[in-house]
Amino acid sequence: MALTFSPKIFQDIEEKYTVWKEKLSRVFAARPERLRRFSTVSDWEINDLYTPSDVKEQDFAKDIGFPGDYPFTRGVQPSMYRGRLWTMRMFAGLGSAEDTNQRFHHLVREGQTGLSTAFDMPTLMGYDTDDHKARGECGKCGVAIDTLKDMEDLFAGLPIDQITTSMTINPPAAIMWAMYIAMAENRGIDRRILGGTIQNDMLKEFSAQKTFMCPPEPSVRIVTDTVEFGTRQVPKWNTISISGYHIREAGSTAVQELAFTLADGIAYTEKALERGLHVDEFAPRFSFFFNSHLDFFEEVAKFRAARRMWARIMKDRFKAKDPRSLWMRFHTQTAGCSLTAQQPYNNVVRTALQGLAAVMGGTQSLHTNSLDEVLSIPTEEAATIALRTQQIIAEESGVANTIDPLGGSYFVEALTNRMEEEAFEIIQKIDDMGGMLAAIERNYPQQEIADSAYHYQKQIDNREKIMVGVNKYAIEGEDIPVEVLEIDEELEAIQIAKTNRVKETRDSGTVVRCLERVGEACSGTENVMEPLITAVKAGTTLQELCDVFRDVFGSYRDPGIY
Amino acid sequence: MKRERKIRVMVAKPGLDGHDRGARIIARAYRDAGFEVVYTGLHQTPEEIVEAAIQEDVDMVGLSSLAGAHKYLFQTVLDLLRKKDAGDIVVCGGGIIPDDDVKRLKAAGVKEIFGPGTTMDEIVKWVKENVTPRK
Repeated sequence: MALTFSPKIFQDIEEKYTVWKEKLSRVFAARPERLRRFSTVSDWEINDLYTPSDVKEQDFAKDIGFPGDYPFTRGVQPSMYRGRLWTMRMFAGLGSAEDTNQRFHHLVREGQTGLSTAFDMPTLMGYDTDDHKARGECGKCGVAIDTLKDMEDLFAGLPIDQITTSMTINPPAAIMWAMYIAMAENRGIDRRILGGTIQNDMLKEFSAQKTFMCPPEPSVRIVTDTVEFGTRQVPKWNTISISGYHIREAGSTAVQELAFTLADGIAYTEKALERGLHVDEFAPRFSFFFNSHLDFFEEVAKFRAARRMWARIMKDRFKAKDPRSLWMRFHTQTAGCSLTAQQPYNNVVRTALQGLAAVMGGTQSLHTNSLDEVLSIPTEEAATIALRTQQIIAEESGVANTIDPLGGSYFVEALTNRMEEEAFEIIQKIDDMGGMLAAIERNYPQQEIADSAYHYQKQIDNREKIMVGVNKYAIEGEDIPVEVLEIDEELEAIQIAKTNRVKETRDSGTVVRCLERVGEACSGTENVMEPLITAVKAGTTLQELCDVFRDVFGSYRDPGIY
Repeated sequence: MKRERKIRVMVAKPGLDGHDRGARIIARAYRDAGFEVVYTGLHQTPEEIVEAAIQEDVDMVGLSSLAGAHKYLFQTVLDLLRKKDAGDIVVCGGGIIPDDDVKRLKAAGVKEIFGPGTTMDEIVKWVKENVTPRK
């Protein structure tokens, strides 16, 4: 074993540590420690000091190593930010396709390097704007997309052959992707050169984000169709963004976020293998998406552990050979749930710290939240400040000068090891249940997340955990000073009229045949993607296609666990 | 004060919004406070919520909304309750709701709206003071 320090040195360190501890206890005898207990946001107890003894078993070559080398603890590329900075990808979507298109152009002008689309609730759930379930929701928390026409307006004038696009959508992900491919092909762009990501991670919907449509098993079948199709037809596309973000937002701890996300990744891998694909064909196109929460070191440790764990899972469990299969490439978003409506300008500072943690953790792309995101969709000004926050981290702070700057910190390495150990224990538990699908059917992740959320809320309520401006340093009778973006209530009628025009001009016979073809693919084993692309080109709506899914596969009902 | 039966509350998630962290925490806080709790789960239409509230004979409906559609959804729940002669069921709300909308919804009959930063104890206390078992 190539230990960092020799045994003699450890003996020496441990003796000195004991002496220091005695000194410390005398200090605290006179004046006790500031807190009864020091713990992370996820409530892990933290020691007063970390020394080489805490990473005694660590083997530099095996556990830390070099960037671009297995197990990738220090980063997936050899050059990391010395070569290219992370992609600054701000999540945007509001009102109509035209409104969002304007916001995209603004962000690109201001130096953003990738696009990321937020859809409104009806679109996310597979309803057109004119459905009664969509009443009052059009354009409220993202853009409304009913037909290919909306998709074309959304990306008008944007160079989609040069810029990558991320679409945060899940149950209708295959349909939205079909619209994107159709839009590109109508412009004469080959699907083989398209780059981007669909979130398309249904498993975490059942445990956390809760935009679901069909039951887990068929939902994952559609996901597997997209993985298969992407592998063969759209090789530069990330077919799934395996997401911990929402798991964390729903209230999990950092280690639960890590473990559930990797367990989801394992489940998708197993399904693609069952489909007859080889691991090295599809695994390089799996990407990940994490939350960057308030506790700086806990987050950095989580990111580092995540890379190392995925590399080990891919190599040992799935026998992947291609180094790209072993790379955990991930997007990060700062923690929406950590932001406060009270004293909202404080959110700029929170976001900066969280963005910094993501960068110290080696993220491939980053969304920094806007200060008003807790109140509404961001205004243009707030979104610009959030983008500037990343640019300051990248170009002023100096943290991108060297790779994995916290590597070798006794504390960070010890925390990284603990993250890995405890997350593997949780994954083992899920394996014992028969994998993530079985665990979800038992409500295991749902219940675990609910327990953690409740525990954290109690700690906030009794001020064991501090939220500045909320349970400490609050301003009595505060008038929240920021301008809030309001979505025009008339948009709903305008959008319905637009979709109706599409319906009037399309060939209804072709639409019926296209829907039947999609239905046949769903009922059988044919891949749904090509029929979907044909269908959206003929002017079928999002809901018409989702209704086919719902008819064939059934609808999922929230079990309402609390 | 001795009561004949426990307070029965319904925690409901109207609309398509999937943010259920707050709703589930509050459902658990109500349960821990000794109330009888019905949680609807996600993605309920106002019609489904009102029907369930009447069938379950609850004393209060707590509506949670974090995705901006509260104006239409809360108002519709109020209207439907009145239409079904169940206007005496107390309606309160929680979530991200701008001040102007809070005023408008309270004027329309939502008894209280709990914004971000409200503690579970404050909400439970409010329910004990403002909701009594019907009949």
